[in-house]
Order: sequence, then C-alpha cells, then structure tokens
Amino acid sequence: MPFSLYFSPTPLITAPSPLSKPSFLVPYYHTLHAPKSPLCSSMEHALTHQGKQEAFDLRPEDSQTLPLGLRRDAMPSHVAVIMDGNRRWARLRDLPVRSGYEAGVESLRKIVEICCKWGIKVLSVFAFSSDNWFRPKVEVEFLMSLFERGMQEDTGIFFRENIRISVIGDLTKLPKALQELMVNLEEATKNNTLFQLIVAVSYSGHYDVVQACQRLALKAKCGLIEPSDINVSLMEQELETNCTEFPHPDLLIRTSGEFRISNFMLWQLAYTELYFAQSLWPDFGEAEFLKALLAFQQRQRRYGV
Amino acid sequence: MSSLKMAGNILCSASSFIRKCIFGVLRVGPIPNHIAFIMDGNRRYAKKQKLSHDGAAGGGGRYDAGFWALMVMLLYCQELGVKYITAYAFSIDNFKRKPEEVESLMTSMLEKFHLLDILVKLLAVRVHFAGNLELLSNELRASAMELTEATAAYSKSVLTICIAYTSRDEILHAVRESCEQKRIDLEFGNDDDDEIKLMKVEKNMYMAVAPDPDIIIRTGGENRLSNFLLWQSCWSHLHSMWVLWPEIGVWNLVFAILNFQRNKTYCLDMKKKEKEL
Repeated sequence: MPFSLYFSPTPLITAPSPLSKPSFLVPYYHTLHAPKSPLCSSMEHALTHQGKQEAFDLRPEDSQTLPLGLRRDAMPSHVAVIMDGNRRWARLRDLPVRSGYEAGVESLRKIVEICCKWGIKVLSVFAFSSDNWFRPKVEVEFLMSLFERGMQEDTGIFFRENIRISVIGDLTKLPKALQELMVNLEEATKNNTLFQLIVAVSYSGHYDVVQACQRLALKAKCGLIEPSDINVSLMEQELETNCTEFPHPDLLIRTSGEFRISNFMLWQLAYTELYFAQSLWPDFGEAEFLKALLAFQQRQRRYGV
Repeated sequence: MSSLKMAGNILCSASSFIRKCIFGVLRVGPIPNHIAFIMDGNRRYAKKQKLSHDGAAGGGGRYDAGFWALMVMLLYCQELGVKYITAYAFSIDNFKRKPEEVESLMTSMLEKFHLLDILVKLLAVRVHFAGNLELLSNELRASAMELTEATAAYSKSVLTICIAYTSRDEILHAVRESCEQKRIDLEFGNDDDDEIKLMKVEKNMYMAVAPDPDIIIRTGGENRLSNFLLWQSCWSHLHSMWVLWPEIGVWNLVFAILNFQRNKTYCLDMKKKEKEL
C-alpha cells in the first residue's frame, strides 16, 4: 500500500498467530559465559514482569514456527526502525514524557526478542538523532541516563543470548560515562553472532556521510588514496555501518504515522522498503511488526532493473 | 458550433474553474517550494495499453504518455507556485535493463528534447540535468547541454531532470570533489582546517541548483526511494500513490500537497536547526 493517507497496509492474514508463551527454560545456547556478578542478578530482576521471570525464548530457528503467512526465506536480514511516538504516547495518557521513553524501551526489548526468534540478523534503531540535542536539557539528560541504565541492566541478556551490540553516531557529544559504557559493551559483545543490535545515538545520515568523507580526505591527504579512487566500496568502509555484515536495511519501519526519513541512514536506505505504521512506538508490538513483515514480503524489489 | 463541441468547451471551462478554485484554497496553506517525482509505472502502463517499444501499435511510444504527464505536472506546479520540480527520468541502475529497452528509452528521450525545448521556453522554465552525463551518448549529452544553456536565463520555474543519476553516485561525486578541493586548499595554504563541513559536500552535489525537496511523490505504488535524492530527502514528506505515472492527474497532486501541509512546520524547523549545527 502507498504511504500517505492509506496508512498501514492490510496484511493478507488478518489474525496473527497466538504469541508464543514465555519460556522458563534456560536459553538453548549461548557462546559467552559471563560470570554471575551482582550486575547479572540485578539484570535478571529487572527483566521480571509482574513477579514472573521471563527469558528470551530462543529455540533454534528450525524448530521455531513463524506466524502464519510469514516466509522464512523472505525474511529481511536487516530491519531498521525509527522509534517515533514515545512523547505523544505519554501525553495521550497524561503521563510525564519519561514514562513514554520507558515504555519505548520495553517495546524495543520485545522487538529484539521477536527479531531473534524470527531469524532477523540485524536490527538498527534510531535512538537519538543529532537533532534531538535541541530538545529541553532535562529531557536529554533523562534520555542519557535511560540509555546508561538500559545498557547496564541488559548487559547480562546480551551475553547470555549471544547478542552483539554496536553503537553508531557522534559519541563525543555523550557524557563520558555513557561513552565508556558503550565502547566497552561493543568490545565485549563483538564476537556474539546470533543477532546484532545497532543503536544509533547522536547520529544522522548527513553526519555519517560527512565523517566518511572526512576520513577519506585524511587518507587522500596522507597519499594513501587518490580522490578519484573513491568508490562505493571505499565509501562503505568508512561509513559507521561498517560494523555489520548487512549494512543496508531491507526494511525501514517508522512508527507514529509520520512519512519521512528524518535524516536516518540516508546512504544505506537507497533500496530499502519503507513502511510507515500509524501506531506509536510503545504500542508497536508483535502484531504490528508482523503486519510490517508481511507487507515487506509482498513487495517486489527490482533494484532499478 | 456543434452542441457536442459546446458541451466539451463548457466542461473544460467548468473543470478549469474548479481547478482554479481548489488551487486557490490550497494556496491559503503553505505551498511546497520543491516537488520531486519518481516517475514509476511507465512499463506497466505500456503493458496495459499494449504499447510496443516504437509505438507500432499506434498508441504512441512507450514513454510518450510519461513525458506528457511530466509536462502536465510542470504546468500545474507552475500554476500553484511551486518553483522547483525534479523528475527521476533515468537511473544509472536502469542501464542494467535489456539493451533494447534502454535504447528505446534513450531514443524516446532524444526525440522529446525538441518538444521540451519549445514547451519550457513557452513556460519560461529553466532546465537543468542532474546526473553523470558522461554515461550518456554524445548526442544526448550535447542536446542536454544545449537545452540547459538555452534556458539558463529563465527563472519562473526550475525543472531538474535526473538522468544517468543515482544518489549514491551523486554523493560519491560530491565527496571526491570535496576531498580534491580540500587537498588543493591545504597544499596551497588556503585553509588550515582539516575538517570538511557539511556545506562543502552539499555544494558539490548535482542537485545543488535546487533546495531540498519538500515532497517526494512516487507513483506506481512502491514505497522506496530507489537511490533518488537520498541526501536531500532527509526532511522531505514522502508520498506514495498507486496511480501509474502516465495516469497521474491534478487530484493526485492536490492530495499530495494537502498531506504535505499537515506536516510542513516540523520539517522546516528541523532543516533550520541542522543548518545551525
């Protein structure tokens, strides 16, 4: 369906299959054994919902059935998300803005779990744009503390579930403690292979291209390359998405009904299928994600041919 | 005058009057300064109309209807007060199509230059061609340059035709130029600063003649940018429509602009703030 007033496309299957029940089993496999530290304990406590302890249910892909209508061979390798609508979600409920962001984090956790189960290799999320620095100082500080808290609480999950974390963006603008945490987490999880979560913080598509240009100019200045040698391959080596095997998203989802890219991953989105969902990010759950993936699987990607 | 002809005239006048009224209402709100079109659906339209490559079926060449659709959009945009119109005519990726199809398209474009020349001079439209023109035949490139020069003095509207264009090629071109310029500046001591700024990269884009598009309209029902204006589209309102490009009409345009008007303020603010950074 076109993106405009006809918002979310009607999926072929109108009723998604029932959600798989939360598993109380230890995850099937993991590659990195993190020592049981107080941090892990607090992380497990943080995962508790209404008194129940839940873990990601990551049975191997072969035994995991996909919801009705979804084809495993046509799953996107890389999904990108613009997580829009957190503040509106809070305002609609007469809650403070911070509640919207916290609900957004919960929504992200759910989507990460679903991606792992359904065989999506990479999820990129637009957590904080370069333009978000213009927001009120209190809000920005809260977001920074939310990122710090979220990463600390979920460190155990990343290790246990074999999830690699990558952070892209201009990290020099972030508080030092957060910078260090992100760098350490990236380093510690770099060998995890099940799934990669790319978090774009203080990032914009323009910034990414300009910093790549900057690095190429430096190489040209040092005589390592000629400016005329600059091609697609050299460019992609310098872009921040060089941290992944799948740098180009197959599908971009933007929530909250806005129809724009908002300066996210401009180079990388050349052939990406765009999906604009009406729901606000905290409400974007499995059903909505399924709709987006079903719509994606109906698309004919021609790449200009 | 026959009654049928009279009825036709009345109908035309009525629809023209209605259109002028609708445009008048639209102009109460913000009118986009720049609209970009991804003209998708020509092949599907030709299949529907059973058109051959050379128009042997009598319905005109495959891309004739697409050309006239662009001219009609240009007319409507000018009437509305949209100053910049950009059309994605031919992507570098399209060279991967069947050779006979590419040749048919190139021949069609060459044939249309003469008509385009007459029309744009009538409408006082400046024409600019954006893309890697070295990939075109000498004849096509020469015609494009000739038309650009012939219309350089016009300023009522600017029509940018993206031909042999992809956004990544454009960005690479801008990056190469920026690196080369920076190297020369540093060599001759014109610049101490190693840093390349965003404005420098933007200046070297093929699309530097026009501001960023306010709306990008894609016909044919697909929801992707297909390597079009990636750099310039960061704050653009994206509007996809099912109608095939040759079938696009005034109401599709009106609808797209109405949607744009709902979102305009936020986009403008963000553009200003990014320039300040």
